[in-house]
Amino acid sequence: MESFAFSHQLLQFMVTGLTVGAIYAMVAIGFNIIYNVTEVLNLAQGEFVMLGGLVMVFIHVSLGLPLVIAFAATVLVVTVVGVLLDRLAIRPVRQPTVMALIIATVAASMIIKGGAMLIWGKNPYDLPAFSGREPIVVGGLVLQSQYLWVIGFLVIIAIALALFFNRTILGKAMRACADNGDAARLVGINVRQMVLLAFGVSAAIGAVAGITLTPIALMDYDRGAMLAIKGFAAAILGGLGSFPGAILGGVILGLIESFGAGFLMSGYKDAYALIVLLLVLFVRPSGILGSMAVARFKRF
Amino acid sequence: MKNLSGKKVAMVLLGGLLFLLLAFQPAVAEYKVGAIFSVTGPASFLGDPEKKTAEMVVAQVNAAGGIDGKQIKLIVYDDEGDATKANLFARRLVTQDRVLAVIGPSQSGLTLAIIPLFEQYKTPLISCAASHKIVTDEKTGKPYHWVFKTPQSDSMAVEAIFDQMQKMEITRIAIMSVTSGYGASGRDELLRIAPAYGIEIVADEKYDPRDTDMTAQLTKIRALAPQAIVNWSIGPTQVIVLRNWRELGMEKITFFQSHGFGSRQNIQLAAGAAEGVYCPLGAGNIAEVLPDDHPQKAVTMTYLKEYTAKFNEPVSAFGGYAWDAMHLVIDALRDVGGDKAKIRDHIENRKNFVGQQGVYNFSPEDHNGLTKEAFQMVVVKDGDWALVQ
Repeated sequence: MESFAFSHQLLQFMVTGLTVGAIYAMVAIGFNIIYNVTEVLNLAQGEFVMLGGLVMVFIHVSLGLPLVIAFAATVLVVTVVGVLLDRLAIRPVRQPTVMALIIATVAASMIIKGGAMLIWGKNPYDLPAFSGREPIVVGGLVLQSQYLWVIGFLVIIAIALALFFNRTILGKAMRACADNGDAARLVGINVRQMVLLAFGVSAAIGAVAGITLTPIALMDYDRGAMLAIKGFAAAILGGLGSFPGAILGGVILGLIESFGAGFLMSGYKDAYALIVLLLVLFVRPSGILGSMAVARFKRF
Repeated sequence: MKNLSGKKVAMVLLGGLLFLLLAFQPAVAEYKVGAIFSVTGPASFLGDPEKKTAEMVVAQVNAAGGIDGKQIKLIVYDDEGDATKANLFARRLVTQDRVLAVIGPSQSGLTLAIIPLFEQYKTPLISCAASHKIVTDEKTGKPYHWVFKTPQSDSMAVEAIFDQMQKMEITRIAIMSVTSGYGASGRDELLRIAPAYGIEIVADEKYDPRDTDMTAQLTKIRALAPQAIVNWSIGPTQVIVLRNWRELGMEKITFFQSHGFGSRQNIQLAAGAAEGVYCPLGAGNIAEVLPDDHPQKAVTMTYLKEYTAKFNEPVSAFGGYAWDAMHLVIDALRDVGGDKAKIRDHIENRKNFVGQQGVYNFSPEDHNGLTKEAFQMVVVKDGDWALVQ
C-alpha cells in the first residue's frame, strides 16, 4: 500500500468533518427557527431527520417515484408531521410554560419514533446516492458525491432562509414574533400562525437533512435522538437563536469529531466535542455568535 | 350468634370450593419451561427471532404429541433489555411458575445479573448470550453449576479469524470496534489473543453505535498500511464502515467482519461494498451453502425452511441460539423427564448434540460445548456467502 501524504489525510478529515457538520448544522437551524419564535427547544427535531430518511426510502425505493418528485413529496410529508406536532402537541397545552412545551416535544418524539418502528421495523434502510456511488478521487483525496449534495443543500437552505427572513413579509413577521411576541400581536401578526409556520419549516429542513444523510449512513427508527443531541450541541456552541452560529457550530463540531478521531484516540471523539463546547460556554456563556450585542446580526 | 353461624357456613363453603379446585387440577400433564428474551427495546433484533423460534419449536413438539404424552408449556417474558425486569421475571419463573428450566436471556449483561438466582433455586438456565463469563465463575475458574449457554464465545470467532490470517500470511492488522458491550468484548479478545498468533495490531480505532461516518478512522488506518482490518460491531455501523473502506479505495487491505455480520441484509445494504469481505459464521447462517455432507446441513436446512415459511423473514444466528437452547431442554426432558437436577446432569454430559450453531460437546468443565470449529470462514462472493476452502 502506497503511503499517503499528510496533507491528503488532513483534507480527508476536513471533508468528512464538513459533511457530518453540515448535517448537525441543519438540525441546529431547525432548533433555532422554533426556538426564536416560541423559546421552546423542540426535542423532536431529530425525529424529523429520521422521518425524512425513512419516508424518502418508502417513496423513492418502495414506490419507485423519481428522485426529484420523491424528494418534494418527502419534504411535504414531514412538513405535515411538523405542523401536526404543533397542532396536536404544542397548541393544546393548557398552561404553555416553556418547560411544559419542551416536555410535550419529548413525548411527541417518543410517539414519532415508536410509530416509525411500527411502520418500518427495526432494520436500517438504504437509499441510492443522488448521483451514483462512484467516489470522486482528487489526488489522494476521496470524495463521495453525496458529500457534495449534503454541503450543497446546507448552502441552499442558508441562502433561502436569508432571503426569507430578510426579504419577505412573512419572514419579517416571524422575526418580529421572535423579538417580541406581544408587540407582534399588537401590530396584527398572527403569532399562532407563525408558530405553526416555524414548526413546518423546521420539519422541512430536518427532512432535507435526513434525505441527504441516508445514502451515506443508512437510516433506522432509532437515529433521531443522537442527531438531536448533536444538533442541539451545535446550536448551543454557535449561540442559540443565531443562524450563522448554527452553521458555524455544526461545522466546528463535525471538524472536531473528525480530526479528534483521526489524530487522537477515536474512542473519545464525542468527548473532544463536548470539551470544546464546555470551554466555549465558560468563556462565552451565550455561544460563539449568541451575544445580545450582535442580536442585530442574529439572522442572515 | 347468627353472625357467627354465617361465618361458619362461609368457611365450609370456601373449604369445599378449595377442595374441589385442588381435586380437579390435572396431575402434572405438562412440562413447564420458562424463557426470558429482549423481545422489545434496543436489543429486540435478538429477542424477537428468539421468541418466535422457541414458540415454533414448542408448537411443533406439542403438535407431534408432546413428550411421553405430556405437552410442553412455554412461558415467555419480555425483559425489554432491562436487567431489573430480567431479574423480576427470572424470580417469577423459578418461584411462582415453577418451571423445570429457563432459556435466555438474550444479552450477556442480563444473563450475568440473574445467574445467582438460578444457582440459589437450583434451576437449569440455558442462556442465549455470548459472553464467556456466563459459563465461567471468575472465583473458581469453573462453570456455574446450573448455567449453560448456546452461542459461541467471542474468543472462538477471533481464533477463527486469526487462523484464516495465518493461512493468508497476514501479520500486521488494524482493529476497529463499536463502543458498545459487543464491540468492547470483541476488542478485548482481539488484543488478548493476537500475540499468540504472532499478529501485530498497529491501530485500535473506535466509533459510536450511532455514528454516521468512519472515514476519519479509516484514513488514519490507511496511512499505517496494515495488511488487514478487523471490524467488530453490529447494526448499521458495520455496513457504513464497509462502504467507507470501499470508497477510500482500500480494497488491498483485506477486511474481516465479526460474526455479527451474519445476515444477507447486510450484504444488500452495503450495496456492493461487501464483496471480498471475510467473516466467521455459524452453520445456521449459511445453511444453503454448506456442503451436503456437513453434519449440520440437515438441521439447519429444516430450521431455515420452517422459520422462513412461518414468519416470512430470513433466519438469524439469534433464532438459532434459541433453537439450540430449546432443543437441549426438550432432549433432556425426553431422556430423563421432569426433574431439574436430572435435566442439568443430562445437558452437562450431552455429547454430539447437533444444533444450529455447532455440534455441542458439553462436559463438567465446559458449559458451552463448542470450539472454534463451530465457525466456518466465509467470504462474500457475488453478493452471497461462499465457504472459504
